Amino acid sequence: MSAFRDDVESMIPALRRYARALTRDVDIADDLVQDTLVRALRSERLFLGGDLRSWLYTILTNLNRNRRRSLARRPQFAPLQDTAADASGTEAEGRDIARALATVVEDQRSVLLLVMLEGLSYREVAEIQGVPIGTVMSRLARARAHVKAFLDGERPALRRVK
Amino acid sequence: MTDPKIPVTEDELHAYVDNELPAERRSDVEAWLATHPYDDERVQAWRAMADALHARYDRVADEAIPRRLEIDRLVSQPRRWMMGAIAATLVAFAAGGGAGWFARGADAATSAFPSVTADALEAHRLYVVEVRHPVEVPGSERAHLQQWLSKRCGWAVHAPELGTTGLKLVGGRLLPGPAGPASFLMYESASGERFTIYASRVKSENTQMRYATQANDGAMFWTEGGIGFVLSGPDNNKDRLQQVARLVYDQTEKAGG
Repeated sequence: MSAFRDDVESMIPALRRYARALTRDVDIADDLVQDTLVRALRSERLFLGGDLRSWLYTILTNLNRNRRRSLARRPQFAPLQDTAADASGTEAEGRDIARALATVVEDQRSVLLLVMLEGLSYREVAEIQGVPIGTVMSRLARARAHVKAFLDGERPALRRVK
Repeated sequence: MTDPKIPVTEDELHAYVDNELPAERRSDVEAWLATHPYDDERVQAWRAMADALHARYDRVADEAIPRRLEIDRLVSQPRRWMMGAIAATLVAFAAGGGAGWFARGADAATSAFPSVTADALEAHRLYVVEVRHPVEVPGSERAHLQQWLSKRCGWAVHAPELGTTGLKLVGGRLLPGPAGPASFLMYESASGERFTIYASRVKSENTQMRYATQANDGAMFWTEGGIGFVLSGPDNNKDRLQQVARLVYDQTEKAGG
């Protein structure tokens, strides 16, 4: 296997994590990852260097944007959600953060996840989204404010007291 | 050297949390937070948010990678599996500069077809419970069945071999579809689970594979060469459904749609 393929392969777990948080649906998320991988593997010769990780996140982010666009035209075709798949030990907290994410608009959610979950730099996210760093920062600020407001409003009784 | 008296901005608070702040400014921010409880509370909340995200999603990265995402499978595939019209050229590259790439999305329509799936699931429900007459032509007459259905439907109906998944052809029948005739094939395992393949002409071109569920039945549906295929089966094991769907898909491709 080529080094390129090894590198792509090593990114699968992180891509799945990002896709799952982005779409909150197991099947859609893995569809996105699969499409991303296929595309990346086919484009090996076109990859001119640069950061493979950012490139893969870029493909996935764009594919998701297209997917949402086509869904918006035909809302009745939205794939059915797999409700059983996502239970876990951290359910109380997990459900809250997942629900909070659902209320954040796409571009902001993407920034939030790339920075906070995937640990990318502002510059990398700016390249992924094709926007200036200032835009990334304002999207991040808005997303954080939105999620915080949602969580505060969602469960005032559980708010952390330090 | 920055002046500690310069008020800390909102951007700096974010940059501080994300380790994007110049090192020399960090202590200023820390001093600021000690005397600004509102900002301090926000910073704490953002950190708690990051913890919650990791607590919720890190385990996804620890899951076993599904077989369909294995690199070797993706590389050896003759063509894209489960990729639809979205699969129009999506990634464009620009040379030059350090990064040397960008990707952009091409807009493309996927077209699913709920009516075909609904018809298929209905037929599935109707016939899988049938003991005496589940099919019109038994699987023992495979050649005749294929020939007859092909003639009536107007495309080459091929009954795939699903023996590797433990499924044996029970037989098939002709059904009315949303836009003309539909072929309906039934398979059965040793334990009695039944899967059906429903195919009918549809307007849309190739589309992405989709999953639908109704009552206790699950369906995987996709289109290929103007024919819509729906594989229906028990909904208690989606991996199994996908495995069978893939086998059907691979063979309908070989048969030329």
